[in-house]
Amino acid sequence: MVKVTVCIGSSCHLKGSRQVVEELQYLINKHDLGDRVDLSGTFCMGKCGEDGVSVTVDGDYYAVKPENVLDLFTDVIMKKAE
Amino acid sequence: MDDIKKRRKFDTKVQYLQYKVLREVARGAWNGDLLEKITDIPKTIIPGNVPTMRCCVYKERAIISERVRLAMGGDRSNPNVIEVIDIACDDCPAGGYEVTNACRGCLAHRCEDVCRRNAISFDHQQKAHIDKNLCVECGQCAKVCPYSAIVSRRRPCEYACKIKAISMNENKAASIDNDKCIACGACVYQCPFGAIIDKSYILDVIDMIKKSAGNTRYKMYAVVAPSISSQFTYAKLGQVITGIRRLGFFNVVEAALGADMVAYKEAAELKEKGFLTSSCCPAFVDYIKKQFPDIAPHISANLSPAATIAKYIKSTSAPCKVVFIGPCTAKKMEFQKPEVRPYIDSVITFEELQALFDSRDVDIETLSESALDNASYFGRIFARSGGITDAVAQAIKEQGETDFEYKPVTCDGIEACRTALLRKSKGVLDANFIEGMACVDGCIGGAGCLTHGEKNKREVDAYGRLALEKSISDAISVLNLSAAEDPIPAAVNEEKE
Repeated sequence: MVKVTVCIGSSCHLKGSRQVVEELQYLINKHDLGDRVDLSGTFCMGKCGEDGVSVTVDGDYYAVKPENVLDLFTDVIMKKAE
Repeated sequence: MDDIKKRRKFDTKVQYLQYKVLREVARGAWNGDLLEKITDIPKTIIPGNVPTMRCCVYKERAIISERVRLAMGGDRSNPNVIEVIDIACDDCPAGGYEVTNACRGCLAHRCEDVCRRNAISFDHQQKAHIDKNLCVECGQCAKVCPYSAIVSRRRPCEYACKIKAISMNENKAASIDNDKCIACGACVYQCPFGAIIDKSYILDVIDMIKKSAGNTRYKMYAVVAPSISSQFTYAKLGQVITGIRRLGFFNVVEAALGADMVAYKEAAELKEKGFLTSSCCPAFVDYIKKQFPDIAPHISANLSPAATIAKYIKSTSAPCKVVFIGPCTAKKMEFQKPEVRPYIDSVITFEELQALFDSRDVDIETLSESALDNASYFGRIFARSGGITDAVAQAIKEQGETDFEYKPVTCDGIEACRTALLRKSKGVLDANFIEGMACVDGCIGGAGCLTHGEKNKREVDAYGRLALEKSISDAISVLNLSAAEDPIPAAVNEEKE
């Protein structure tokens, strides 16, 4: 199980965490990984200054912009889930 | 000068005095020397020998000692969070309607004509007198007197308490009937002598912050009520949020996001059950349970917005503690209920937040701004009367319902609530949803607000319009991420892994 946590605190919300979540949900469904990826949210990771929405994948930190979600998904999440 | 500047934050000098006590108690708690300094606090606040409020400085200081006790949590054996400071109660006159010497002994005698009880008579100078054995205190005579010569000598606390929970005890001091009291705080705000006070849990909050060891042992979350947008108007909202974090909170989350969740669920619940009352205002909920038990099954099963979002935070961001910061004294009762206790660890008011800022010398006007944006417009306008009504209408719309007839009644203040509930209990209420707010104007009229007034509603609406998310569904879409429906088992599972 790959654990993906998206920050939904105020700063990240303004940077587009809703779009990131929606994109991830779409990609997970598209690739039928619902039983291998656990997507969750949290309020603030303490990295409000980063340029992008805070996301952790199995504890590893990434700052992700809504337009770069696909990169994170293919480069990191897909590889871990396979 | 400094004093005048600080007083501008508050409506009254009573609030300002209360604030000073809270600030000094908080200072002691942060420094860890409260118990040593506790006996000095009255003299710190009332220096010198010239009384400014009471008959002598010794009485003033004795009352401050009582205020210190309440700032430290008050009488733990009293389950109510609203307490009377007996020695601060000025035993106000309570004679009801009386004719003053402004009566000119006119010819018209409108007072006599309007009195249905024939309680008014005239002496040989044609001056009016009220027979207290006949008078029912309807006040019609006072309304018609062209000289405003008839006044009501009702105690401000009794007048403020529309549910009649306050009476006089044998010593003529105010006394609260806990079986009736809904902890709305109307008396706290209205007592001109500051003799009725809400207990404070600031010591609990400071203790939690200290023990979090800089948010390493657990994270401290502040859930702020949307009415915060009408408070601290001397600074920007973003600065207030930075200030809260500066106190030691890890993050600040809008209770309004919980309101979005509640509106969405309440709309569905309403359609299913056919009749519902809102469950957001804890004083309104308490009032139904105490005075209209037959209607209690119709109270929305949802937790309040604050408890709903706190539950979500606990499920996703454990280990953590959640403190609600708002305008409400009744919330101090609500969080102690067994169904809310697991989610909200403590409650403080805006008044107490101001004291906490100043106890740490956090001057919020000088701080940078932090973001506060989770909720939609609709979640945010819960802070004012009519907000829930609008939000539930919006949620029904967003859920794509067309054939359901939504008939809300918006009750602004506990008197309006009583009217609607009475009509409902008699089966003559033409509505299927009751929005109940115990405070007039809604939460922005709460006793724990620093300021009250006309402009506060506009501030809340303006803050609502600033929300990034324009619909309830969008605001809550991110919350469907994890098993938030049943967060406690989810959290347990997480720990096991």
